Amino acid sequence: MTLSAIQASRARQDRVAQEDLLLFVNACFACTGQREFYGDGHGQRVSLDFLHRYILGNYRALYAQVLALGVNHMNQALIVTNLLATGRDTQAEHRARENALVTRALHTLPTHRAMHLLEDLAKRGVNSRRARAITKRYLEDLRSRDFRAVKYRRSFRRAAVHAHVPFAGELAPFLLRGWKERRFATPLFESFRQAHFAASAIYDLPFTVAEGLAQKHGVRREVFLERIGPKLTHHERLRLSGAREAAGVAADVDWSRQPLVRIASYALSLSLAEREKRKAELAGAFEASAARAIRRTAARFGRVACVLDRSFSSYGSSEKRQRPLSVALAVAHFLRAAADSFVGLWTHPLAPGGELMVTPRGATDLATPILAALRHEPDLLVVVSDGFDNDPQGLAGQVLEAGARLLPRCFMLHLNPVYDSEAFAPKALSPAVPTLGLRDAEDVPTLLSIARFAAENGSLVELSRELDARVRAFLDGAS
Amino acid sequence: MSAETALTALPGLRAGSPQVMGAFRIVPLLREGAPGDLRIGKEAYDAYGVVRLDGLQEQPGLSYMSYVPHGLVIAHTHDGSEATLGATLGKDKPRRVKLHHRMVKARAAEGGNARFRMLPLHLAMEGFLALHFRGPDILWQEYSEQAARRGLDPRRETSVRGAWLSGFEDAVRLFEIHEHQVGVLVFVAEALATVFVVSHPDDYRKLHLSLLEDFFGELLYTYALLYPESPRAEARIDPRAVRDLDHLAREMDRVRTDWRHYAELLSQGLFGRPSRAETVRDLGAFTLQRFYPDFDPREECHIGEQILRRDGTVEYMKTFRLSHAQVRRAYLLEKLAAAEWDLDRAMVLLGAATKAELMKRIANAGFGYLLKPHLLRGLPVEPGAP
Repeated sequence: MTLSAIQASRARQDRVAQEDLLLFVNACFACTGQREFYGDGHGQRVSLDFLHRYILGNYRALYAQVLALGVNHMNQALIVTNLLATGRDTQAEHRARENALVTRALHTLPTHRAMHLLEDLAKRGVNSRRARAITKRYLEDLRSRDFRAVKYRRSFRRAAVHAHVPFAGELAPFLLRGWKERRFATPLFESFRQAHFAASAIYDLPFTVAEGLAQKHGVRREVFLERIGPKLTHHERLRLSGAREAAGVAADVDWSRQPLVRIASYALSLSLAEREKRKAELAGAFEASAARAIRRTAARFGRVACVLDRSFSSYGSSEKRQRPLSVALAVAHFLRAAADSFVGLWTHPLAPGGELMVTPRGATDLATPILAALRHEPDLLVVVSDGFDNDPQGLAGQVLEAGARLLPRCFMLHLNPVYDSEAFAPKALSPAVPTLGLRDAEDVPTLLSIARFAAENGSLVELSRELDARVRAFLDGAS
Repeated sequence: MSAETALTALPGLRAGSPQVMGAFRIVPLLREGAPGDLRIGKEAYDAYGVVRLDGLQEQPGLSYMSYVPHGLVIAHTHDGSEATLGATLGKDKPRRVKLHHRMVKARAAEGGNARFRMLPLHLAMEGFLALHFRGPDILWQEYSEQAARRGLDPRRETSVRGAWLSGFEDAVRLFEIHEHQVGVLVFVAEALATVFVVSHPDDYRKLHLSLLEDFFGELLYTYALLYPESPRAEARIDPRAVRDLDHLAREMDRVRTDWRHYAELLSQGLFGRPSRAETVRDLGAFTLQRFYPDFDPREECHIGEQILRRDGTVEYMKTFRLSHAQVRRAYLLEKLAAAEWDLDRAMVLLGAATKAELMKRIANAGFGYLLKPHLLRGLPVEPGAP
């Protein structure tokens, strides 16, 4: 084989690796293994599981680095579990970095995800020395050890027993005898014990633990919701706002701390009359959250046109209720705040009352709003859609292609919140326009840079450099 | 959506772009500005139904029996004001057999709304079954005693529930209903399965899922199994040939028009063939009819029912695609009747070589009970053999 032939073959390999990686990252942004409008949950899980195995087997180093890209928590947890389960395949030169990535990912995951991940390791019988060390380090973190032991008592115990983590301090009586112990010196454990006998002690416990005990003591719901207020997390506060208001307690939600998609999901879960009534509050919430997201990502765009899918399929499924619609609404708010000029066009005209009144309705006519968007001559055209355009079928992709020829300066991007299990990727509108999986509106700048990279046909070397930078940033956040 | 070409066969309605799911291509029918003076609602029975037919004078005590999942309640006004369905809709307690009185039955009028109840598609099917139901008028010597006494009784046809068509449930569930949609054309592997039209978009939204409870011919059941994917059809624009945005807009309109023409082309088997309509009920401003095509075994045949406004606008329509065997039976009966049930003359009309062959055909079509048993016993196994 001549030198040039070897080079050509290497280039082809690189190209395949790069495409595989983009495919995988895309899937990891969009897929949660839950039912979608067009695909069932089982198909999604099988398809995603295959992708994970494929990438893990072929590109182990890259697989670990995906943890640094901000893919969704479900996939982060799956990557960590898979890496720990196949530890013996790690090459010596990658070991240190992989360990750092896994540890960092475990510590940045939401606590419930991390605890369930550790429990999964026990269920799958993953018990390497590395897995034990990582579990030990996580569980023995003194800042939150007692809290986690109370809130996730069962998972904590199972993970600790599995990984041979010694029950330090009062953990042994707490995990083994629980409330039957006579007295604890640790305040949280003592509250836990007392709460089994006295209703007044439950308000020192995390909400999820206290809720069951309140039931046991027959505490009235209104009283409970009012007094547990200080112990609620941001997400719990949002989730319970309706129940708390019905009980006559101020909901007291800190909107600026909520991500845009969550606010959108919450707003869309309200009835139209309720949305109309709380219009100002919700608009304020979107504004505060968008402003915070833009401060954090330092995103700034020029003239932006956004085509948003509100067809019936954006209802999602009963597992992901109105998720595609919420994502579209959140992206609209994010881009409006980040752009010099913004125009948002929905597939179906909005009812009076504006974007907040949006409902999943009608067929998917993306072509008409895309044409309208092209007439604004934007620098950036973003289409947020599940990719099933049917009015008429396939026309949107052709219009995008034609638009790309007519307006060469306009960058076009299709963001898709829905994973198509049969294609192993979010469904594309046209091969000429990059399609990327989307999880949060705050990811748009990241996705945009990935898309520009894909569009410019960057080499694997550049991609690795880019990944490297992200991995370093991710690990440096470790402190 | 500027090019407003109405579906020539359904004046006032416009075909939208088809949505494909597996074997099914569902074309929405759109209507802007429905007047709302005829409203249709559903009444669930979910029971085997026995319908007493009082209409035929010579046949007292005749009944139509079938599984009847639901009936339609139709409210209409005479002065064009908005009709309301009122509170008469309700779900009866499930029961084993539900007795119905007649296919179309008036309900008490309320507040200027005339109302009646009908059993959808069963109305058309009853008409189909009743064709030449009395049997031979002249008792030629070949006919059995049963044919003389009871005619074709019992006459039966089989069909398949919509929910049993493979993949139809998903196709209906995932179909995205348009804002102004009042109906659908359903194609199975590009064969027209049914047309369902109501008068008002709100009614359609409520009745969309009732497509699963309708019945379909066995032919379509087979098609849905044999062709899990609809044949690929495409109308596209060439992105390289587009000159500017206005040109692009024109091209988009052309694609939409192409799809409309495609829907019309595929539904030629129903709309492109002559049919005979029989008025079942005159409602003043509207007429309820059922219709049959010429039963030609070489063509696709649809029977159905419709409510027409005086100006010809279709306010309600439901059709049933007959299977080949069903068409052959109807064709045979029609020719026998045309020959006044004389087998010698019918032989010529049907192009049979011998009388034995004709009798074989009658027996194969399921009408063996019309002929004397000893004649059937003597028939050759192969239809063409002497």
